[in-house]
Amino acid sequence: MVRVSKNTRTVPTAADKPRSHGRRVLVTGLGTFWGGRVAQALEADPDVETIVGLDVFEPTVELERTEYVRVDANYSILSRIVRATQVDTIIHTFLVVDPTMMSTRSMHEINVIGTMNLFAAASAPNSTVRDVIVKSSTMVYGSAPEDPTWFTEDSPRSRRATQPIERSLAAVEGYVHDFAEDNPHVNVALLRFSNVVGAEIETPLTRLLQHPLVPSLAGFDPRFQFVHERDVVRALLFAFDAHLAGIYNVAGDEQIPWSEVTHICGRRNIPFPPFGTQLLSAPLRRIGVVDLPEEYESLLKYGRGVDNSKFKNIGFEYQYSSAEAIEEFIESIRLRRTIGAHRPAYRYERDVEQFFRHSPAVLRDRPLAEDLQVDETSTATE
Amino acid sequence: MRHSDVNEWGRSEKMRTLARALYDPMYRNWFRVEWDGLEKIPQGGALLVANHAGAIPSDAPAIMHGIETELNRPVYGLADNFFRKVPVVGTYWNRLGGLPAHPDNAYRLLREQDQLVLVFPEGTKGPAKTYAERYKLRRFGRGGFVEIAMRAGVPVIPIALVGAEESMPIMVRLPSVAKAFGLPYVPVTANMLLAGPLGAVAYFPAKFKIKVLDPVHFDVPPDLERYSRSKIMDESEAIRDTIQAALYEMLRNRRSVWFG
Repeated sequence: MVRVSKNTRTVPTAADKPRSHGRRVLVTGLGTFWGGRVAQALEADPDVETIVGLDVFEPTVELERTEYVRVDANYSILSRIVRATQVDTIIHTFLVVDPTMMSTRSMHEINVIGTMNLFAAASAPNSTVRDVIVKSSTMVYGSAPEDPTWFTEDSPRSRRATQPIERSLAAVEGYVHDFAEDNPHVNVALLRFSNVVGAEIETPLTRLLQHPLVPSLAGFDPRFQFVHERDVVRALLFAFDAHLAGIYNVAGDEQIPWSEVTHICGRRNIPFPPFGTQLLSAPLRRIGVVDLPEEYESLLKYGRGVDNSKFKNIGFEYQYSSAEAIEEFIESIRLRRTIGAHRPAYRYERDVEQFFRHSPAVLRDRPLAEDLQVDETSTATE
Repeated sequence: MRHSDVNEWGRSEKMRTLARALYDPMYRNWFRVEWDGLEKIPQGGALLVANHAGAIPSDAPAIMHGIETELNRPVYGLADNFFRKVPVVGTYWNRLGGLPAHPDNAYRLLREQDQLVLVFPEGTKGPAKTYAERYKLRRFGRGGFVEIAMRAGVPVIPIALVGAEESMPIMVRLPSVAKAFGLPYVPVTANMLLAGPLGAVAYFPAKFKIKVLDPVHFDVPPDLERYSRSKIMDESEAIRDTIQAALYEMLRNRRSVWFG
């Protein structure tokens, strides 16, 4: 398994913040849920001077001062951007961990080639990058009957990765490892998040949990660990503020059985055959009834637990345990079902955004107004 | 907040209590389990190491039940992760305190949580042996259990158990069938020969005697990166010999398989 950095400097001290000017941050995957939320939170931080966001897609959340750059999926112009903007921090949130989202080929382009180019740009001679934060997934541990009940950051996988998504994440972590080794002066933080739930994030699991009958595999009741989407953003910002280096599991406390997860959601399980599951679920996916991806089969048999104590020991406090995350998730789903989406859909308009950022008509030096939308996620820096 | 009492190891005290209530009549009236030296089990964490026998081993439930009812402490049983792959069985096994035998699991339970952990170092080779080989201990793996106890800084408590061999004796094994189904072993037991398919689940009422032997402490510091392989093997072999000697001693004093 990947070991990121020997200098596991963890707790930030005053000496860690020698810069007189603010931090200049590059956020990848600005159009994704994570990139957008992280950029929003960074905008509220007066210490952050510049935020540059990259993505293939336009931002989906409203941003005040983040500069959006449209790039291709594998970031081929990245080294130019890094050189031109002189960023000191890269937050790499653009990793696909949902196998149903796109084809294997595009996923490979984004995860593997994208990360490769990102690190190539960051390690160019006289690069200004000093902090790198990568959002990875506990998927890298796999899910097998031989697994320990809790994976720590240096537990190896029990079985070789066979799914394309797991293999691509392993390759990504390999690049992270190499980069950390070649650039000992850079703080490289690799955060491995467990299954994320929340009001806004959509994953195969959150989709399953919204069915009236939640699929399970007959005779299996594996334990799951969840992290709430707010804790994910808070964790990324915590790593940002602390100039964190090293590998950390990020997951809510406790593991809860799948049957209990279903129960908290007020649903019932419908057992699928535990062997030859795809024979049944493939046609069901075809007609759009239920999508039970192959990647989730072993998870629905054996589950996965990760030890989150390393991240807690350096001072991160979770707002939600696994059970609380599920509860909060289902409550917000219920609310949305009744009153509809509480935020109007945002659409990125290039000209409008350019006007607000660069037109001389806009008074930008005035102190930020009180009504600046500060999201609850910006409270991450305790 | 939580909707079930399944703990971090997958164990549910409710299910465990139910299982104890169901198993207790069998424990008392069928196997008539008799303990000797239960007071030797220390307060903190300890690794219980016992001999393993019977086509479907009847020793693990007896040891776990006895300690839980007498000492009122949970016992976690480590077993081959083959169990996890079996639907229904794997889930119940886990809810009743069974865990995959992974060194990390044992270390966490022993070192950080001061629990009692039960292992059978013979692994599946123990219950797979035929009646003709009864009470002859198999190899104790590669001594992994000693290494875990050393690393966790806990003593090993050897346990000798007489009776399980006769509760479900294996006449012959069917290796080709086992291979075809991916099972560790497929036995033909005396129980099956006498009771047909029912024999797969019915034990003979052999008298169980369980003897807790003196705790074995290792004079090495815990949490070392590596322990001397030869020391591990020596300690493992010594513990095996202790249990073997205790078994022969108990068999010498046993007048009847059924009445002890």
